[in-house]
Amino acid sequence: MSTSTQTHKTDIMSAALQAFRRLDPRYQIRNPVMFLVWVGSLVTTLVLAIVLAQPDNVIGGGQPVWFVGLICFWLWFTVLFANFAEALAEGRGKAQADSLKKARRDVSAKKLDKSKKQTVVAANTLRKGDAVIIEAGDVVPADGQVIEGIASVDESAITGESAPVIRESGGDRDAVTGGTRVLSDWLIVRVTADPGESFLDKMIGLVESAKRQKTPNEIALSILLAALTLIFLMACATLLPFSLFSVERAGSGVVVSITVLIALLVCLIPTTIGGLLSAIGISGMQRLIKANVIATSGRAVEAAGDVNVLLLDKTGTITFGNRQAVEFIPSNQVSVQQLAEAAELSSLADETPEGRSIVALARGQFGLPERTAADVTAEFIPFSAEQRVSGIVINERHIFKGAGDAITKLVARKGGAMPVEVTAAVEEIAKKGGTPLIVAEGPKVLGVIYLKDIVKPDIKARLAELRKMGIKSIMITGDNPLTAAAIASEAGVDDFMAEATPEAKLKYIRKMQEGGEMVAMVGDGTNDAPALAQSDVAVAMNSGTQAAKEAGNMVDLDSDPTKLIEIVEIGKQLLMTRGALTTFSIANDLAKYFAIIPAAFATTYPALGLLNVMGLSSPQSAILSAVIFNAVIIVALIPLALKGVRYRAESASNMLTRHAFIYGVGGIITPFIGIKLIDLGLTVVGLV
Amino acid sequence: MMFGITANSWLQLGLYMCALTALAVPLGAFMARVLSGERHFLSSVLDPVERLMFALCGVKPEAETNWKGYALGVISFWLAGFLLLFVLLMTQQWGPLNPQGIANLTPDLAFNTAVSFVTNTNWQSYAGETTMSYFSQMVGLTVQNFVSAAVGIAVMAALIRGLSRHSTDKVGNFWADMIRANLYILLPLSLIVTVALASQGVIQTFDANVTAKTLEGADQVIALGPVASQEAIKMLGTNGGGVFNTNSAHPFENPTPISNFIEMLSILIIPAALCFTFGKMVGDRKQGVAIFAAMTLVFVPFTVAAIGFEQWGNPHLVAAGADTAANMEGKETRFGITNSAIWAAATTAASNGSVNAMHDSFTPLGGMIPMLLMKFGEVIYGGAGSGLYGMLVFVILTVFIAGLMVGRTPEYLGKKIGAYEIKMASIAVLLPCAFVLIATALAVMTPLGQAGIYNPGAQGFSEVLYAVTSATNNNGSAFAGLGANTPFYNTLLGVCMLFGRFFVLLPVLAIAGSLAAKKTVPVSAGTLATHTPLFIGILIGVIVLVGVLTYAPALALGPVVEHILMIKG
Repeated sequence: MSTSTQTHKTDIMSAALQAFRRLDPRYQIRNPVMFLVWVGSLVTTLVLAIVLAQPDNVIGGGQPVWFVGLICFWLWFTVLFANFAEALAEGRGKAQADSLKKARRDVSAKKLDKSKKQTVVAANTLRKGDAVIIEAGDVVPADGQVIEGIASVDESAITGESAPVIRESGGDRDAVTGGTRVLSDWLIVRVTADPGESFLDKMIGLVESAKRQKTPNEIALSILLAALTLIFLMACATLLPFSLFSVERAGSGVVVSITVLIALLVCLIPTTIGGLLSAIGISGMQRLIKANVIATSGRAVEAAGDVNVLLLDKTGTITFGNRQAVEFIPSNQVSVQQLAEAAELSSLADETPEGRSIVALARGQFGLPERTAADVTAEFIPFSAEQRVSGIVINERHIFKGAGDAITKLVARKGGAMPVEVTAAVEEIAKKGGTPLIVAEGPKVLGVIYLKDIVKPDIKARLAELRKMGIKSIMITGDNPLTAAAIASEAGVDDFMAEATPEAKLKYIRKMQEGGEMVAMVGDGTNDAPALAQSDVAVAMNSGTQAAKEAGNMVDLDSDPTKLIEIVEIGKQLLMTRGALTTFSIANDLAKYFAIIPAAFATTYPALGLLNVMGLSSPQSAILSAVIFNAVIIVALIPLALKGVRYRAESASNMLTRHAFIYGVGGIITPFIGIKLIDLGLTVVGLV
Repeated sequence: MMFGITANSWLQLGLYMCALTALAVPLGAFMARVLSGERHFLSSVLDPVERLMFALCGVKPEAETNWKGYALGVISFWLAGFLLLFVLLMTQQWGPLNPQGIANLTPDLAFNTAVSFVTNTNWQSYAGETTMSYFSQMVGLTVQNFVSAAVGIAVMAALIRGLSRHSTDKVGNFWADMIRANLYILLPLSLIVTVALASQGVIQTFDANVTAKTLEGADQVIALGPVASQEAIKMLGTNGGGVFNTNSAHPFENPTPISNFIEMLSILIIPAALCFTFGKMVGDRKQGVAIFAAMTLVFVPFTVAAIGFEQWGNPHLVAAGADTAANMEGKETRFGITNSAIWAAATTAASNGSVNAMHDSFTPLGGMIPMLLMKFGEVIYGGAGSGLYGMLVFVILTVFIAGLMVGRTPEYLGKKIGAYEIKMASIAVLLPCAFVLIATALAVMTPLGQAGIYNPGAQGFSEVLYAVTSATNNNGSAFAGLGANTPFYNTLLGVCMLFGRFFVLLPVLAIAGSLAAKKTVPVSAGTLATHTPLFIGILIGVIVLVGVLTYAPALALGPVVEHILMIKG
């Protein structure tokens, strides 16, 4: 607790320092709203200098020196507060990203040339395409793809997960991340990112305001804010001639002073949202890092809020990843033992949890000997996404296992047919929500393996929440339609896609997008890459392949497929916070008019005093209170900007009702109270 | 008295709103068929005419263009109309149908008038009966009364297509839209209204003025003209430029309470009906009803306020010995306060600008109501077509802010609202505001501008503010009392009208083009519903807030301070 308070304090200190550094106009000009405040502050400072030298100068407009001084002071603080908010958000995000990045600093790498000769070089000199060897105890110098070897890797520096993971060439686990550490064995890795372009580097770019690219909605909002600012600039600028004319015609009073006009302008332009806009964006990214997700672009995070179709892989998201073999159901001419033996043989090289569970079940039930793929002389046929079967060729025996339709096609080609009882068993298993895996030898179907799928207990509620927010969940599975339907109904998804091949997934996403849907998906395998690349929001698992990571626009370091739901929430929260503060900022203006207009024209038309509904004590106090309120509200809203508006799963209309009430109506009322309180305070201390 | 106005006033306002709604719904459905190019009950009669006109003009209605092509059509049509009218006004002295031998217009007045009529503003710097020949009135002004309204309707149709189509760059065929709007909507309606008005005694003649002997034996010249035909389109096309200088306060333009009622209905009927046209064309009637509801919910309270301020009048009058404080100054006794105030609200809510009472003589706040209604950008019903497309610009801004609050990229009718749409919508809102403020500043700061300001202090300021607001927002009504027929004001207001029209119209077409190219996102529970009372409320809030926030300082220095000074005596 004490350490966190400590860091909190240093955060604030360094942000405060940054706030002053960022007064540089070259920095300010990036934000038109705050730049105008900056210019206004500068002009007021000049007015103050003139008034200090000549109290009666016409530039001062007859305002007392202390008044000009205080307005000037608070205008500068308006700029500083906005700078502070941004620096604070940035500091937090950067601290998190830096700790991730720290791991890879000052690392040396063993680079391999074409003849496989090793040279030790600094990690930051590695380029895309370079090959490096990483041995036990070495830190992985850069993001890359394993091209040779198998090793256990400690990824805790990135994921916080202390259990080591296996990384190996060829399979679904060929990606390594810079900064992680190889614990045993060795890997040869092809570097896939130039220095400064890795996922982490991109993420750090998203939390640094100077490098940050604005997201589409942020750009649109900035345009709207700039337009509002221009309108108010014109309303205030033309007030000078209007006032001149009115004074001339009324024959009484003083023309409104430059100080008051600038005060009015700064109060009216949307400084609250303008000052906090970049802090909101940065802290949105920071929340993402906190959730252990790295995004390559802010655009993707924003798009996550817009998603209306989620493609969820059944395995790992809806069900626990490991389907377990629980039963062998042979066909009529085959004994259970025969089926179990064939199943065990065909699964020897199958390193998937399902494959292992088949081997384990066969051995457990029938006491088959312990052996590994290396112990038998056979040709293993790995699972291919196209054929969707895997198997073994041993002593002229061709044993395959796979999903129903794939095996049907296979045996049909060899002149066999699917026995009726097997089809019945397949359907039976599928109805129960299990996965039937058919084993065939040559043209002969031996029987079915019953793989059981277990639906995660909390998923149904999660999906119901999504539905409330108008997001459809589509379960993607390689299972046959019957199996898929059973699990789909158990988990409560809106739709499912059975027997999904990578091509089918890609087609499905395209079709959805043509209908105007925004599609998000999670993937880890190389065969997911095309679909990931096509999706609007694509989250790759950190445990996945390099191809998947490159196709995605986010990487989940925890490799947790349910994370997608959290990402959607972060995206929505980001937009909501912007919308809420914009509404609040504009709604505030009403009260400020009531404070400033009667005060500004008090001498020309004393009758306008009737508009002083807040009963502010004097014209100077009224204007000063409005300016102070305007500056202080930025600081008061920093926590909201950093934390984001609280998110609840509910329909758009409920959400709008609540936010319109809190930030719209609240935005109208708050400044009336705030300005009055500040006025009272100023009166009490005798300042006005 | 209920809510500040008499029960009789409520009754009249209620009757007016009921009649308006009852007529707007079927008319809206009919216009949707016309603008979609579908068959309707007039097709069998007018189809040959349509085909003839298309053939004569070389228009192929199925050859649609992108928004730039559409804009090019609008601009070239506008330019040709402007030049023709300008030349006509500069040479009317030698033209036909000029029994009074009225002289040519000065260049600045001709410029102002030509711009005024081609932009559907109908600001009148001239006095109709003494400045315009019958030929100028009929061939010059009345023609533009039709076609300028048709241009507004056409542009609106393009925007609706942008919203309802997807993945295309085509927004329609300007020439076909324009011809159809005239042929099927404006002409038939005008015919009906003309006959109805003539039945009430609105005159329709080519005879020269009549001279009568008054009781004192003096000669009085009574101006005549082809009034009824121009009157109809003047109201229907949200034009407002009357044959006579006193506009619809003149007994030959508006003789009876019934003619008054017909004219008031004609002011709002097309803009109101277009809401329902919109709902039908986008395939979601609720959206049209929502827009109509938003407009009505602004219109009714403002009208009630205007009636209320006039009935409440000036309390000091009673102290000074008057029978009542109610403000009858500048009003016709045959219409009274209620019908004058409803008219004032309707004519400024729609960008009509005709008057049946003098707005300058309203109480300060009573006069602020019409001014505010114009400052909302002429979107409360608004001009024919232009009102709805202006309103949709506000809807886009509202959807943007409200949409962010529900955590999604904002979308309207399934179209995502991005930076480009916001940029164009901002231009459409920003530039008219800028023109009003800068032109007012120019007028009050320059000797030429000040020369036209006859009234003192805040009232003088209000008059200038009203004039530029009216011109920029293409309304055309005036606070009398400003000497606006000078080269300075003719030019200034001409420029205001021009930019006020095109800096809304062009961004709107750009939005139409951009939206048409987008995909349509299907509706889900996460979609912001844009037909709910809540959304309507926020929309009204945005319109009022933008209007009030932009003009609050200026209004404070004009009508607000005047009002306070009046109550204080």
